[in-house]
Amino acid sequence: MAMNRIIVVTSGKGGVGKTTCTANLGMALAKAGKRVAVIDADFGLRNLDLLLGLENRIVYTALDVLAGECRLDQALVKDKRQPNLALLPAAQNRSKESITPEQMKKLVRALTKAYNFVLIDSPAGIEMGFRNAIVAAREAIIVTTPEISAVRDADRVIGLLEANDIKAMRLIINRLKPAMVEAQQMMSVKDVQDILAVPLLGVIPDDEQVVVSTNNGEPLILDKELSKAGTAVSNIARRLQGEKVPLMDLSVPKDSFFKKLRQLFN
Amino acid sequence: MLLALSEMTMISELFERLFGSREPVSRDTAKQRLQFVLAHDRSDISPQNLEKLRQEILEVVSRYVELDFDSLEFSLESDNRMTALMANLPIRRVRSNPLEPDSPVVETEQEPRLEIEDGSIEGLEEVVEEASETADIPAE
Repeated sequence: MAMNRIIVVTSGKGGVGKTTCTANLGMALAKAGKRVAVIDADFGLRNLDLLLGLENRIVYTALDVLAGECRLDQALVKDKRQPNLALLPAAQNRSKESITPEQMKKLVRALTKAYNFVLIDSPAGIEMGFRNAIVAAREAIIVTTPEISAVRDADRVIGLLEANDIKAMRLIINRLKPAMVEAQQMMSVKDVQDILAVPLLGVIPDDEQVVVSTNNGEPLILDKELSKAGTAVSNIARRLQGEKVPLMDLSVPKDSFFKKLRQLFN
Repeated sequence: MLLALSEMTMISELFERLFGSREPVSRDTAKQRLQFVLAHDRSDISPQNLEKLRQEILEVVSRYVELDFDSLEFSLESDNRMTALMANLPIRRVRSNPLEPDSPVVETEQEPRLEIEDGSIEGLEEVVEEASETADIPAE
């Protein structure tokens, strides 16, 4: 039997799209027939439940499991739209110190018995919550945007992951704006890759549809017709499973010069 | 025929929008700034030790040559997760007789000294007091 995958999704900087990536990757892998558990490791500032639209179905949290107040399967929120997906919620009214690395390992170990993929959504920062999130992981996905501060923080996280013996690292560049890259006003995929020197897992273009899907609690992956960002995430999920999928063409359409010209005279 | 000023600016704006202005592109600036800051982040050398290293290298070099202190560059750079110390030390002239190890080297002027005492910065206290006096907050 293939080994179960335990993957932490992390970034250092907050607000770059970690949780959105975790929610959508989890959903995409589940859609592909894998049994997936997503863990919210952001105790005190949980959001994975919201992005998955499961916030109203939480009864118990990971802390209740650890306190012996319920079984692990009782705390897991099973997604009705996609039965292969389950969420282990974080406690919202507690701090990041309320759970220890040992306890986190215990939870993850138990989940690997029933799930092919365990995705851990790390909190921002590099403190206790981050350490808890990475302690049980065998692989890491680093999410960054092509912004100077996000890349710097990603670099710091890469160093910490290396120091913690997590060598299987891959990079997602989120919210790329192809038109800005073409105008030389945003770092390109290659620029970011040159700097971070971590294998690329995928590029997600900036897409307003992400905001809409977040508002609705409906991951992009569930759309009948996938948006650009949705397609990008779906490709990433396929690459995670070992498939060779070429990067999406994100170049600005050729006619845009004439479009621009027309706009100038309007 | 002369063009009106407004028409001329319009045309130059049109050109700028079509072909891009000649300002340095922010993409390269971002990349350079990142490479610089990451070299420091990754090297894990404290700013104090880096400064000491700089001072000592300059001292040694200055014994043999007279350096142009205004235009020298000294920095950590990083490429593909490899960090290097880069020094660019322009030479004004070569000393015919190298200086002795303990002779002083000309350095740039010192910044005024600022120290903290009992957790507060000197002079700041009065400002804070003044500010709290003027602030209109009821005592209880």
